Amino acid sequence: MAPVATPFFFYLLSAIMLIGGIAVITRKNPVHSALALIVTLLAQASIYLMLYAPFVAGVQIILYAGGIMVLFLFVIMLVSIERSMKERQFNSQWVVGMIAATALGGLFIAVYTKGKSIFPDHALSVVEDNNTQEVAKLLYGQYMFAFEIASLLLLVAIIGAVVMAKKRI
Amino acid sequence: MGAIIQYIESYLSSDKTPGAAGNMFWALVYIMLVFGGLSVAVIAMNWLERKILAHMQVRLGPMRVGPHGLLQPIADAIKLLLKEDIMPAEADGFVFWMAPLIVVLAAFTVFVVVPFGPTHAITDMNIGILFMLGVSSLSVLGIVMAGWASNSHYPLIGALRSSAQMVSYEVAMGLAVVSAILMTSLNATGTGTLSMIGIVQAQMAQHEWFIFKFFPLGLVAFFIFAVAMVAETNRAPFDLAEAESELTAGFHTEYSGFRWSLFFLAEYSAMIAVSSIAVTLWLGGWLRPFPNMLNGTPWDQIFSLFPGVTFLFFAAICFYNTARMPKHPLFRIQTIGLAGFGVVLGLIGLILFVPAVSVRVQDIFWFSAKVAGFMYMYIWYRGTFPRYRFDQLMQMGWKVLLPMGLGVLILTASVALLQQKLWHP
Amino acid sequence: MLAARNSGLVPDMETMLHITTLHYLVLGAALFLLGVIGVLTRRNVVIVLMSIELILNAVNLNLVAFSRLWGGVHGQVFAIFIITDAAAEAAVGLGILIAFFRNKETVNIDEVNLLKW
Repeated sequence: MAPVATPFFFYLLSAIMLIGGIAVITRKNPVHSALALIVTLLAQASIYLMLYAPFVAGVQIILYAGGIMVLFLFVIMLVSIERSMKERQFNSQWVVGMIAATALGGLFIAVYTKGKSIFPDHALSVVEDNNTQEVAKLLYGQYMFAFEIASLLLLVAIIGAVVMAKKRI
Repeated sequence: MGAIIQYIESYLSSDKTPGAAGNMFWALVYIMLVFGGLSVAVIAMNWLERKILAHMQVRLGPMRVGPHGLLQPIADAIKLLLKEDIMPAEADGFVFWMAPLIVVLAAFTVFVVVPFGPTHAITDMNIGILFMLGVSSLSVLGIVMAGWASNSHYPLIGALRSSAQMVSYEVAMGLAVVSAILMTSLNATGTGTLSMIGIVQAQMAQHEWFIFKFFPLGLVAFFIFAVAMVAETNRAPFDLAEAESELTAGFHTEYSGFRWSLFFLAEYSAMIAVSSIAVTLWLGGWLRPFPNMLNGTPWDQIFSLFPGVTFLFFAAICFYNTARMPKHPLFRIQTIGLAGFGVVLGLIGLILFVPAVSVRVQDIFWFSAKVAGFMYMYIWYRGTFPRYRFDQLMQMGWKVLLPMGLGVLILTASVALLQQKLWHP
Repeated sequence: MLAARNSGLVPDMETMLHITTLHYLVLGAALFLLGVIGVLTRRNVVIVLMSIELILNAVNLNLVAFSRLWGGVHGQVFAIFIITDAAAEAAVGLGILIAFFRNKETVNIDEVNLLKW
């Protein structure tokens, strides 16, 4: 299936993602930050669709936007935010933080301008029709061990979260 | 003019959905059709719910507004549009405004992949059912936001209860869906599919609707999904979070006028969406009854008469009730209105007999008829069952449906594996 | 084609209109930077956790972009594992936050200093 208007959608979605990201780190109200993060995650799912990865996009919508962000919103509602909204928002080491972030940004710019020639200019033709089947073949074949470990990790995380949040152990 | 007709004809005889063909114009046309049909369906559901519930409770329901209350939904819509738009004083304005938007967007975006026919879908994504489950889980976010932004006790408790209920029953729904998807892989190549059109085509290829497959496993999976989908859409008997006598309308207490109607629209659209999932996965989607057992041209012709006959039946009911209307001068307008409605239905029925139209409408008709059956079941549940208490609700979601879902999944997988090994080694 | 045009930072029209892997990588790097700034400069623990999610998403974007470049779906499988991991980590992190909030009634990360000497 031929892609339609790729540059337009790419720039639109990246603008949405970047504005959402800036809103996440600058909003005073954590609920607004969470909503901005949801917008960013949904835009990222759309970019995954542009990258011919529909299964990852579906997983992103279900798990990230529909699961993790609901968890975040519940916790924000449980934790009182009125007092935290009246306090100072940026901590005392913000100058050092910005210097470090600028250094990291400089590193990224250096890598991506000097190393432009590493990436070949074409993309291999990836068939979208069987994406789920291909992912399933890898997930249950080559990466079966990692799959089992991931389920063990989730079990540990569930038990850990329950123990952490209980009133009396 | 001829070029336009030729263009329309050349598209209608293609074998791909607009999304797969990359055809943006036809995709937009399909989107308009789907959303228009959805709006008509929601309006009809409003009227049907009040009338059917009333008749189940041995009363008449709305009779005054139009003939037999047919204009009641329009009157409700006008009232809601003209109502004053109240926002609580301490409410967070932006979040209060966004919450109904998110719920409506989540409920409507789902219809992009719903298959009304082998090529009658807006698009056929490779991950169709995953997309539907994921996007319908985004409505939980809107509900949480609505309850929190109202800055009041009842909406907050209602929102927390509602979202906890929806998240719990999503797990059971997911397991039931997985066991249906498992059944799509019982073909020669051994690969299943998540795409909605592919699931119905798998049912056609295996000559069996999945509700009857591996009896009783398909039936139990369907039952789990049917219960979970009622709980997912916050409908009776699982409507503790929004029932009038319980929490003063729960998370949408503080919403009035048009914003409330958005929640109401989203609820009915979500009902139709999950019913579409159930119909596609277990009841054979757009397939007519017995497509393989009773095949051949005479049976095809008999079954192709069904759409027209259905509408003529409705027209006959309208004319019968016109004859039963009181012969009082004050009822003259209503009598004429009802007769006119009957004439419109009859004309639609007669148009559906034309072979050119009937061939294209077949699949859409059978799909819509099955979804309409599910809508009737929703109204039936509301009129019949008492409400679940919240702890009973959560207990049923986690302690009854989840183990049942896991058991059905394991048994389905085992039986499928046995079938592959023993009959097709 | 990209290297011959200019070696500087200013992109020309052709580079802008033809979306290559590099575009996705730059977008991922920008998201990563925003996440790092959020982690380093905010005081509210919840927002720090959300910035960590931004960082993980940037990594996911890189992985899926490379998976598209080289064919095969290994990058996508890795991205799925990272999403699963992020879910587990968010759950545990928020559990710790709730436990801490129950004791100290604040979500200020500067006040998580019980072990300070």
